[in-house]
Amino acid sequence: MVLNINNEIYEVNVDPATPLLWVIREQLGLTGTKFGCGIGQCGACTVHLDGLPIRSCLTPAQAALDKEITTIEGIASNDNERHIIQEVWIEEQIPQCGYCQSGQIMSAYALLTANTAPTDKDIDEAMHGNICRCGTYPRVRKGIKRAAAALTNAAKEKKLDHGEVD
Amino acid sequence: MGKWTRRAFITTGVLSGGALIIGVAIRPGNRAGKVRDLIAGEGDTVLNIWLKVNADNTITVIVPHAEMGQGVHTTLPMMLADEMDADWKTIRMLEAPGNKEYANYAIGKGFIMGPKDIPSMLIGTVDGFFLTATKQISLQMTGGSSSVRYTGMFAMRVAGAAARSVLLEAASEEWEVATEELVVKNSTISHPASNRTEPFASFVVKATNLSQPAKPRLKTSKEFTIMGTSPPRFDIPSKVDGKANFGIDVALPNMKYAAIKASPVFGARAKPLEAGAIKDMPGVHKIVNLEGAIAVIADGYWLAKKAINELPIEFDKSDHDTVGLNDIYDQYLRDMDTAIAEGNEEKDVKKGSIKNIFKEATNVIEAEYRVPYLAHATMEPMNCTALVKEDGCEIWVGSQNPLGFANSVAEVLDLDQEKVVVHNQYLGGGFGRRVVPDVAIQAALIAKEVDYPVKLIWSREDDIRQDHYREANISRFKASLNDKGQISAWNNQFVFKHDPEEAPHIPYGVDNQFIHYTNSETHVPWGYWRSVDSSMHAFFTESFVDELAFNANKDPYQFRREHLTNAPRFLKVLDLAAEKANWGEALPANWGRGISLHQSFGTIVAQVAEIEIVEDKLKVHRVVCVADPGFAFHPDGFTAQMESGIVFGLTAALYGEITIENGAVKQSNFHDYQMVRMHESPKIETYIVTSDNWPGGAGEPSTPGIAPALANAIFNASGIRIRKLPVKNHELKADTTILG
Repeated sequence: MVLNINNEIYEVNVDPATPLLWVIREQLGLTGTKFGCGIGQCGACTVHLDGLPIRSCLTPAQAALDKEITTIEGIASNDNERHIIQEVWIEEQIPQCGYCQSGQIMSAYALLTANTAPTDKDIDEAMHGNICRCGTYPRVRKGIKRAAAALTNAAKEKKLDHGEVD
Repeated sequence: MGKWTRRAFITTGVLSGGALIIGVAIRPGNRAGKVRDLIAGEGDTVLNIWLKVNADNTITVIVPHAEMGQGVHTTLPMMLADEMDADWKTIRMLEAPGNKEYANYAIGKGFIMGPKDIPSMLIGTVDGFFLTATKQISLQMTGGSSSVRYTGMFAMRVAGAAARSVLLEAASEEWEVATEELVVKNSTISHPASNRTEPFASFVVKATNLSQPAKPRLKTSKEFTIMGTSPPRFDIPSKVDGKANFGIDVALPNMKYAAIKASPVFGARAKPLEAGAIKDMPGVHKIVNLEGAIAVIADGYWLAKKAINELPIEFDKSDHDTVGLNDIYDQYLRDMDTAIAEGNEEKDVKKGSIKNIFKEATNVIEAEYRVPYLAHATMEPMNCTALVKEDGCEIWVGSQNPLGFANSVAEVLDLDQEKVVVHNQYLGGGFGRRVVPDVAIQAALIAKEVDYPVKLIWSREDDIRQDHYREANISRFKASLNDKGQISAWNNQFVFKHDPEEAPHIPYGVDNQFIHYTNSETHVPWGYWRSVDSSMHAFFTESFVDELAFNANKDPYQFRREHLTNAPRFLKVLDLAAEKANWGEALPANWGRGISLHQSFGTIVAQVAEIEIVEDKLKVHRVVCVADPGFAFHPDGFTAQMESGIVFGLTAALYGEITIENGAVKQSNFHDYQMVRMHESPKIETYIVTSDNWPGGAGEPSTPGIAPALANAIFNASGIRIRKLPVKNHELKADTTILG
């Protein structure tokens, strides 16, 4: 079976019914994606399939064929950089134990891709599937708002760089 | 088995009457030598067992505690660095190996002796005693909100100050000038008179030959430059890009995976399976029959789990197959009644005479409160990787007690403890669960059957159903009010007492008190659960105090104030909470406010919850939290812990309920053991009061107070008194006509 993960092609030899989570973690060694509940209740295993957040613990590997899979390891443009959301997560000192944070960030990333200025209600809707036992919710909320502003600024600067002005 | 409890340990303290403490990190006869091989790398000089200085002048602080999000890998190095006058930018952190030399005797001392000073001549003796004691019980624990309070205060600060002292002495010898002429700052030593400045590293070799003072002078809080600031935590960058290694992420050559099915009824035996039962399952390698569980080893976790689900696993009958939660409550009540009838209650607090007061009293109020069992549900399910060879065992796990794990594994494998090496990883949540070595024992027994490493992973269902639980409990109150509407007598009975010691105690000035408990053993395993006994007693006592205030026709905040005239620290915290929460200001219809005050693990916390009841649904809008931990060494980390503890306690108050049916846990996963999520998480405001008292804990003290603040707010909004948790089992309806 051939999978496209973080823009790299991997050939794996597994039962196609195996949940994507275990293929990513055990076959490919990308352990940033976490096992939390196995029934799509906690969001720790969130990855993107063609840009949309899914629960990899419930998604059979075969459902990801011919699709672009993105994990927490793949959201920065390269190994030496971090995505703006990840930078904000550090600036706001959001993670505690950190176990759920890959999933939190992947859900936040999906939200911010679709919505550049999310309201509290938007955040509630996009993030209520991600459980955090350390209770980092207030900081995650703050982080999303700050990241939204930072992403908007970055987009404006990019436009200016290209000579486009609002 | 080498079982221990923090409470049991307290009673083993044979050193009596000694006033001790401060200044015991380094025994005379520096133990650095013994651990040099374990921690020293290229170019490192080990100055004492808590720190090493590299030739490039970076300083590595050895932290004997596990990082589970509480920030201890940052805060403890801060305490050492500040006393050493080190440059924070050059500080590195290394978690101590699971080694006896790091058994945290500082914690043992803290629990036994409390924070007192002793003459330095006694330190060697006392220090030796505690190290021996902690080694014997294999205590290298992260829990009890103790890292800063004990390891930080007794080990880190003293080690930093002692290191500074010998470096200063070394510089003084080297330059042949008096120490008074030298200045220590930012990991350098200067002699302004001769315009010389050298990094610490220039003096470390000489310094190791000098004897370190056992009781160096420590800074006062006014002299702190690093303590009390909030530098970014060391562990966070790796937690935003998926690189942090938790126990479950360990990868070893030739490693295989195991899944397990344990007896749903605690203590029942599993019927062994034939080795051939897996012969038609490709990729599945072995069945391992354990006493109370069956495990399967396979090429991947998914295959192992599938095999476990398909195999015909059965368990023997046990004496507990019909036990339900109500049977347990009935047993508690019987045992409580019997204890009273026979006069053999375990006495906790006895002051004055409640009997005489109750005889005369005209206003007597009684109430009974209940809380159910609770599971920890750490986000990372229990797991452990083990490799067993003939002459030893290695385990990879996230543990709150690595040395205790090594000891337990050594015992079941019949090895010397030195032959078991624990590689501690980040913990995906601890909350007391990762003190228990059960999963490590299983992993070792499974791996013993094969010659490759095995990673055992529990499913979430295993995790919820095979936990060591915060116990269900019943608390019964009887109190009287005098003609001024003040509490004249307080009688409280409950089951079990673990710690913290002060959990059921009230800060209020009540002359006549009888607080007592009864043991009532069940087959349900007990474990430390964030804030332990305080997780329920704050709900019991602070709800009942609210009932008394209502009965006295007084405002619940003012009622508490009246009883705190001799407790200024409590009063200050309570007053600030009321002020910040706009106590007394009108709220919209269907809204309510509730207040609570509780001390645990040395930190006093007041909380005000602001809630709204909308068509039988509850919305928690805002929580104001005021805490006096004495001093917050990392204020942002302390604030994060307050937020964390509140959300954790709110989950328990709203939803937390483990029920027992037919001897087993009914709940299984997050759909029926519900967690507070983003949309239910209130706005939390934290305010820190600095009293410069001996530091209190951070990880646990905010958990207890949210349940009573919430329940009292519900009463304020609706007139409904919540006497049984969780709140989800109650029908709520706002009724503001009762209270106006």
